[in-house]
Amino acid sequence: MMQCFNFLRPESTEEACTLIAKFGDSAKIIAGGQSLLVLLKQRLISPQYLINIKDLKELDYINYDEKFGIRIGALTTHRSIETSPVVKKRFSVLSEVERNLASVQIRNWGTIGGNICHADPASDIVPPLISLDARVKVKSLLAIREIPLHNLFKDYYETTLRVDELVTEICIPDVQNGTGVAYSKFSLRRFDMAVAGVAVSITINLADRICKDIRIIVGGVSAVPRRVFESENAMRGNNLAENLIREAAMVASEEVDPVADVHFSRKYKREIVKILVRDVITQAIQKASGI
Amino acid sequence: MLKERLKIFVNGRYYEIDVDPRITLVEFLRNELGLTGTKEGCGYGVCGACTVILQGKAVKSCLLLALHAMNKEVLTIEGMREGDNLHPLQEAFLNNMAVQCGFCSPGMILSAKALLDENSDPSEEEIRYAIVGNLCRCGGYVKIVDAILKCAEERRRDIGT
Repeated sequence: MMQCFNFLRPESTEEACTLIAKFGDSAKIIAGGQSLLVLLKQRLISPQYLINIKDLKELDYINYDEKFGIRIGALTTHRSIETSPVVKKRFSVLSEVERNLASVQIRNWGTIGGNICHADPASDIVPPLISLDARVKVKSLLAIREIPLHNLFKDYYETTLRVDELVTEICIPDVQNGTGVAYSKFSLRRFDMAVAGVAVSITINLADRICKDIRIIVGGVSAVPRRVFESENAMRGNNLAENLIREAAMVASEEVDPVADVHFSRKYKREIVKILVRDVITQAIQKASGI
Repeated sequence: MLKERLKIFVNGRYYEIDVDPRITLVEFLRNELGLTGTKEGCGYGVCGACTVILQGKAVKSCLLLALHAMNKEVLTIEGMREGDNLHPLQEAFLNNMAVQCGFCSPGMILSAKALLDENSDPSEEEIRYAIVGNLCRCGGYVKIVDAILKCAEERRRDIGT
């Protein structure tokens, strides 16, 4: 059984911030708890206070506007994102990723903010969000700040958040015409955690098939999601020939620094990354071209 | 450690019970209410045997604290029957021999109910997606999917759509 804790139920974001400021490291925030309960049951963590924010309706929303893009409240469930018409229309990659994330029961209760703050390197939703240039809004009693999602991750299951801070919102700029975003993962079964996952956002000049901009993010293979800049540089400004994509995939596989585990060696993981990067760039180009 | 008063509706009945904040929803249902139809398999959100419907949505009751369900409505397999009759999904599972050892059945049936409540005409693929989080170690998926398909068909025929 889990170790003893006191269960606190703040009724507003403000009150939640007061509680985390007060209890600091002895407290843990719980939203849907789809990852946290596993850690509690295994006694990997034993907080004295569990601060339940799952019922804060004010952080459960999806708002879209052409100028600012989409704003997703931290307590929006995976299932709400998966089934949201505006997400499907403007950010189809997120609907697709959510559809293959765990099971419908987990998606019904688990939240996007919880998934992000759990900082599991194998998160399926984080690499596509980073490729979409997502930012997170972070609130404490003293201030609200907005940081690129990429900067939120520090190490395995560790974020750069201060103990008195709470992620309240994920903001994603609108996807422009000529941009395609795709994600694919390698896992033992389709719904399992990613052994490796790759997200690509590519902007192409449709007239001359030149890669104007690209972001490639590799998740799952190291402590934090890794943006592979050298691989991006190989693509940027160049004509989208098949051998260029192969070259970029090769560069990415050498740029990542995979950790071997019980299932896969470093070498094998590099190979997976190579194939995923090649395939996902190709998918993203197809989407950008409207195919 | 303080016990917390949990206020909860289960199968249409209201309960107020003081609980240890550490207990999960499945532990509450089984040990406090004696509703042992909900099974606990893995306890880590993988097998889906503990699936119940919370506020109309299927969830894994081993991955929720009981206190997560505060002021909410839970439906378990015990609340499925309609008067003296089994729920059509339960009938369909029996008639199609979709129950083998039976351990996964309550969770399967609740996942199926959540699906049919949202989508009265699911394709086979949609059914398979809906039960991705429910493992059947007897390997009886074919008959389970059949049962859900047939139940959906019959219900549509009954209500004339």
